[in-house]
Amino acid sequence: MLVKARVEVHIQLKPGMLDPQGETLEHALTAIGYEGVCSMRVGKWITFEIEGDESDAVESQVEEMCDRLLANPIIERYEYHVMREER
Amino acid sequence: MTKVPIGIVRFPGTNCDQDVFDAVATVELACPVWLWHKETDLRGVKGVVLAGGFSYGDYLRAGAIARFSPIMKEVVRFASDGGPLLGICNGFQILTEAGLLPGALMRNDRLTFICRPQSVKVETADTLFTRQYESGQVVSLPVAHAEGNFAADPDVIDRLEDERRVVFRYVDYRGDNGPDSNPNGSINDIAGVINERGNVLGLMPHPDRAMDRVLGSADGRGLFQGLVEAAA
Repeated sequence: MLVKARVEVHIQLKPGMLDPQGETLEHALTAIGYEGVCSMRVGKWITFEIEGDESDAVESQVEEMCDRLLANPIIERYEYHVMREER
Repeated sequence: MTKVPIGIVRFPGTNCDQDVFDAVATVELACPVWLWHKETDLRGVKGVVLAGGFSYGDYLRAGAIARFSPIMKEVVRFASDGGPLLGICNGFQILTEAGLLPGALMRNDRLTFICRPQSVKVETADTLFTRQYESGQVVSLPVAHAEGNFAADPDVIDRLEDERRVVFRYVDYRGDNGPDSNPNGSINDIAGVINERGNVLGLMPHPDRAMDRVLGSADGRGLFQGLVEAAA
């Protein structure tokens, strides 16, 4: 059965990896008066649509895409959500 | 004598290709050859250089997209056959993304694009590429990057250090590890590493921009000489 799905991929630096963008934004927020902000991390949010034959195949394909290109597993971690659309 | 053909790969967005071409051309017996990223044949070159720049606009991550260019299949094959492969700056980033070198190059810790002459210590002259230098020699090479902060898992770093595969390290002009000697936050001040087999070298500083004393430094020459000798 043909499956169409909308996919969201969230990518962030692994915990422990220095995130200078996150730190800088955190300082900036503090500077303009927001107190108590901490642990800020900046990541990427990627969305796309995909068609596949089987519902399982879509998940494994998305995972492969993340491992091979969308994320760099050495420094980043990712999670993804696959939202199927009924045809 | 026959000339030694050295391939210089051009991706869309590579911008140090001409500098590398000219640098290679200064080495006696070397013959630089352009290789377009869509080519599927290295045309018999004996050495390959991935030059600096912003391949594919640095989209997603620096080097992430270039590594899937058609020519990279051949470059990977060339390296696995033991051919000498040098990656400079964005070329280094591409080599890590392609898995030919360990680790990754992250955003500089101070977020800025750094562009300045940098003192770099040649940690070992005992590689195919660095035989023109002395171990421990301090050279001046320009750096120009926003993502040069070398990172890897601690066990990978330990292994690189144990196997003496950190070939270049950021230092101050005296060769010491000073407060401002590391420009990007790179772990252990790593500026360049070599693979286990010793035929793939990547570094962030630009030897191609240190080819003439009139322009500040000629310290990069030895690296191209080493490359051509390794390829001959």
